[in-house]
Amino acid sequence: MDTHPPLLEVRNVTRRFGACRAVDSVSLSVEAGEFFTLVGTSGCGKSTLLRMIAGFDTPDSGEILFDGRSLAGLRPEDRPTNMVFQSYALFPHLTVAQNVAFPLRMAGAPKHKLHSRVTDVLDHVALADKAGQYPHELSGGQRQRVALARAIAVLPRLLLLDEPLAALDPKLREKMQVELIRLQRTLGITFILVTHSQAEALALSHRIGVMANGQIVQVDEPAQIYGAPKNRLVADFIGNCTLVEATVTAVEHNGLWLATKELGHIIAPMHPDVAVGRVGWLALRPEQLRIGRPGHFTDLPNRVAGKVCDFLYGGDVTTYIVELANGWRMEALLANTSPGRVHFFEIGEAVELAWAHDVGRYLDD
Amino acid sequence: MLGPTMWDVTSMTEPTFPERLLKWVVSMPPIAFLVVFFLLPSLMMVGASFRYPGEFGGLSPLFRPAETVGDTGLTLESYRFFFGDMVFLWIIAKSFLIATLTTLLCLVMAYPLAMVIARSPRRQQELMVLLVVLPFASNFLVRIYAWIIILGPFDLLYTPVAVVVGMVYVHLPFMVLPLYTNLEKHDPLLLDAARDLGASAWQGFWRVTFPLSLPGVFSGSALVFIPVLGMFAIPELLGGTGDVLIGNLIKEQFLESRDWPFGSTLSIMLMLVVVAFAALSSRLARPRVSAP
Repeated sequence: MDTHPPLLEVRNVTRRFGACRAVDSVSLSVEAGEFFTLVGTSGCGKSTLLRMIAGFDTPDSGEILFDGRSLAGLRPEDRPTNMVFQSYALFPHLTVAQNVAFPLRMAGAPKHKLHSRVTDVLDHVALADKAGQYPHELSGGQRQRVALARAIAVLPRLLLLDEPLAALDPKLREKMQVELIRLQRTLGITFILVTHSQAEALALSHRIGVMANGQIVQVDEPAQIYGAPKNRLVADFIGNCTLVEATVTAVEHNGLWLATKELGHIIAPMHPDVAVGRVGWLALRPEQLRIGRPGHFTDLPNRVAGKVCDFLYGGDVTTYIVELANGWRMEALLANTSPGRVHFFEIGEAVELAWAHDVGRYLDD
Repeated sequence: MLGPTMWDVTSMTEPTFPERLLKWVVSMPPIAFLVVFFLLPSLMMVGASFRYPGEFGGLSPLFRPAETVGDTGLTLESYRFFFGDMVFLWIIAKSFLIATLTTLLCLVMAYPLAMVIARSPRRQQELMVLLVVLPFASNFLVRIYAWIIILGPFDLLYTPVAVVVGMVYVHLPFMVLPLYTNLEKHDPLLLDAARDLGASAWQGFWRVTFPLSLPGVFSGSALVFIPVLGMFAIPELLGGTGDVLIGNLIKEQFLESRDWPFGSTLSIMLMLVVVAFAALSSRLARPRVSAP
């Protein structure tokens, strides 16, 4: 059995602003070496939680432990955490090198070590040639890398990243995501990232905590969060999905039979502790649905007929929006395997959507 | 945030002819104003410093062939008199000392106040700025006379201390306002970042807030230092007989001694020192652009 305490443990932390609970009895633990992501819509409390870990804000109740010891009363400068701010918060009166040297100076590094460490860190983020420039002379991506370099200069044991990529354009953001993963691996520092982008959370993290209304809704590995969301909220926030109300009509060895108003009778994967008559939700991911001409999928148990009412060409895949006879609309993806071809089905064409019995997920709430 | 605006290097593109013309037309009135009300009077002052005083004030005529043949009416007498007695240089030095002390006291008192105002909620800021400038609503002399009443019981009246107190009191708003304007623009996240990176509150102030506020410090200091240097009313009302400053001396030459040439000489000397000081401080205020 592992007797080591986790690197960071948040226990029942609550933070109120007036009548509103920005963070509502949140508990979570992060292990050393982990890349942990807090994801949620803006205002869900994820940034407040991060600021409390950094020491800029104090919980109203609950405690935050680092290495098993409480951080309560410890000022930001005394905490073993460093933060990368969304706006970078680079010191405008200092050069890139002076910005990176700042935490080293504060830690009392001797002069000769200071210089070599700054050079090392700037090399790490490929900014060695910008050492003498001021932040305003750099591009957004370069500033973001300076902010990273400054935060890792003293090798904190825990790096907090508050929406670090939000201000970058999509192409650059993707590049920086790869960069972040590389940094986290090579440095062995534990990362806690806060983001509102579910794609970023899925791509970067070892584990994800989904937050809503100040509470942690689900903590799990990306594949679990995406594939086995705990409730409607997680299913809807992480990735695209079709959600329909469903009543359990039968529990069989190979799955659950569900009655839905929109899709008729559906068989879905087994769900622990359900009973006939329970009313819940069925979640279906667009990429799990197959789309074809009517009568094409005789081997699949779940089939609905409709016609294409629109499609969105995405380059790699095309998203078809299919309207069923009762007016309900669903999305299905089809990979564009033949080059130059934008779509396989015309608008108005009759199609069939089908999926296997082990696809989709029944959710209690 | 202060940084980008403060350190911005505007990219220079070649202006077109209409742009240049417009620039010229727009900058004409202030240039004309400065020529008429600053440059010409200064040159007249330089001219006056080389002449003889008139019998009842003013200047004596330039050519007086009837009296002394060959006398052009020009002389270095005023300068000889100025450098002939160390007391004048001493009074300039003393005025500098008082101005420096006043500036420093204003800075030390205004900085915390400006910081408190800058970090208050928006609506309170407006009220506090109003309170800072409110004394201007009452007459300058009335406010100085008030200090006579206040300082009287403390045995401080007619001492250098009273002069400095009066100077600081009158000029404090000139220090608070530029400092506030600067500090108000600071991004509070910069201090968070400093603390996060291991700086104590004190280190955060000295390494982030203070360096970023230097433009405010310099403009506030100039707004206090220069008027204090020429001030004569406060030393006259609150100071003793030994507290004559250069401003008093210059005023005396024009109004009481009726020695315009010597008054001009004193003014020129003062101006030279001020210009030297301004050049020095503008060099200090320039941002460093060298690598560490």
